[in-house]
Amino acid sequence: MSAQEFKDILYNGVWKQNPGVVQLLGMCPLLAVSSSVVNGVSLGLATAIVMALSGASISPIRRYVPNEIRIPVYILIIAVLVTVVQYLMNAYMYGLYVVLGIFIPLIVTNCIVLARVEAFASKNAVLPSALDGFAMGLGLTAVLGVLGAIRELIGRGTLLSGIDLALGDVAKDWVLHIIPHYNGFLIAILPPGAFIGLGLLIAGKNWLNLRAEQKKMQGQPVAVTPVEGGCAPASH
Amino acid sequence: MKQTAKAASLSAINLLFFALIGTAVLASTYSLTHERIHQTEEAEKLKLITQVLPPTLFDNNIIQDTLPIPADKQLGTTDVTTAYRARLKGEPSAVVLESIAPDGYSGNIYLIIGILANGEVAGVRVVSHKETPGLGDYIDLPKSPWIKGFDGKSRAIYTDADWHVRKDGGKFDYMAGATITPRAVVKAVNKTLQYYAENREQLFAAAPPQPPAGGKQ
Repeated sequence: MSAQEFKDILYNGVWKQNPGVVQLLGMCPLLAVSSSVVNGVSLGLATAIVMALSGASISPIRRYVPNEIRIPVYILIIAVLVTVVQYLMNAYMYGLYVVLGIFIPLIVTNCIVLARVEAFASKNAVLPSALDGFAMGLGLTAVLGVLGAIRELIGRGTLLSGIDLALGDVAKDWVLHIIPHYNGFLIAILPPGAFIGLGLLIAGKNWLNLRAEQKKMQGQPVAVTPVEGGCAPASH
Repeated sequence: MKQTAKAASLSAINLLFFALIGTAVLASTYSLTHERIHQTEEAEKLKLITQVLPPTLFDNNIIQDTLPIPADKQLGTTDVTTAYRARLKGEPSAVVLESIAPDGYSGNIYLIIGILANGEVAGVRVVSHKETPGLGDYIDLPKSPWIKGFDGKSRAIYTDADWHVRKDGGKFDYMAGATITPRAVVKAVNKTLQYYAENREQLFAAAPPQPPAGGKQ
């Protein structure tokens, strides 16, 4: 894998084809667990690990799986990997395991995982596949983290609350009370806050893209490309 | 036809092969982690119990000395719950009961209540609730010390009329604007104490489970 390829895959996953704000895949956990930075980033990282592992394990077997049964085989492998991650979290990060609850096993059904396996790992070598999965996972983590930060800050006036669940009692004092004596703004924590926050993030990303494009070809009229949606693997 | 059958059986064998590998991976992960998972879960339980019961009050293995409690109206439970029995030098010193306040503002409020042998509350904690954040959630300890108001209270020092929030003529504080939540909790704690008073004998009577190796209790 050349350095350029490496950079392209990373750039694709984290920014250009970001699963959270461009491909719009994996909305269910994105909206449900992004009520705080710690929750969002933890589930994002768990997803990134599963995606990297599934990319790495499906790429080497891609030639041996008959085309008709590839989806069940992929799902089987993803489910095994998710369950392994779930066991490990249950054993070593119990607090976080309880908080994330049902959303850990639900990583299996997160369509971004299957989408990347189908669109990338089933056509590429092991290393790029693992990297692609991880980069996509990182992109999702970034969106979850930013969305979590926005919702937590507006909703509760804190950042990093619950960090001790992830890192143990040492981190208990790391919670940042950005706005002291804040009464809270409930809607940001509740589900509508997730939709509004995500909408703002997508708009922000589109605006940045638009600005970059305008800079590139000054004077020419610019057409906004609509965001792809739905649970279908996006081409790239 | 023959071709199709052959392709199908090939697919089946392929799928079976991956299922076997997956099972093997899962089984080995499970055997590597289940010991640790079990330990973490017990430690977590003990942590919760010691919140409602000072560890100086018992010297038995409270996690093991349990009694299943069938669903009970007074406890508000709809399922079998677990009572943890605390003993000090073999004598019953306290019991930890799970209880549900069914009439919270939004849904059930799950409580864990430590009761000393003399019927006094050792501590109450909310295990989970869906009360409005920022309004009714002061029953939760990180938010407010309100729940510690139960410590040391009993049905001996407070009459049934006292077991209400001040607004209803009782002795328990509440915060303006959110009366339903504390009302539900006070009621549930009182009912649990009642349950304890009526079932005290049975709660402690049943012999604790014997250690498997025939050791003495």
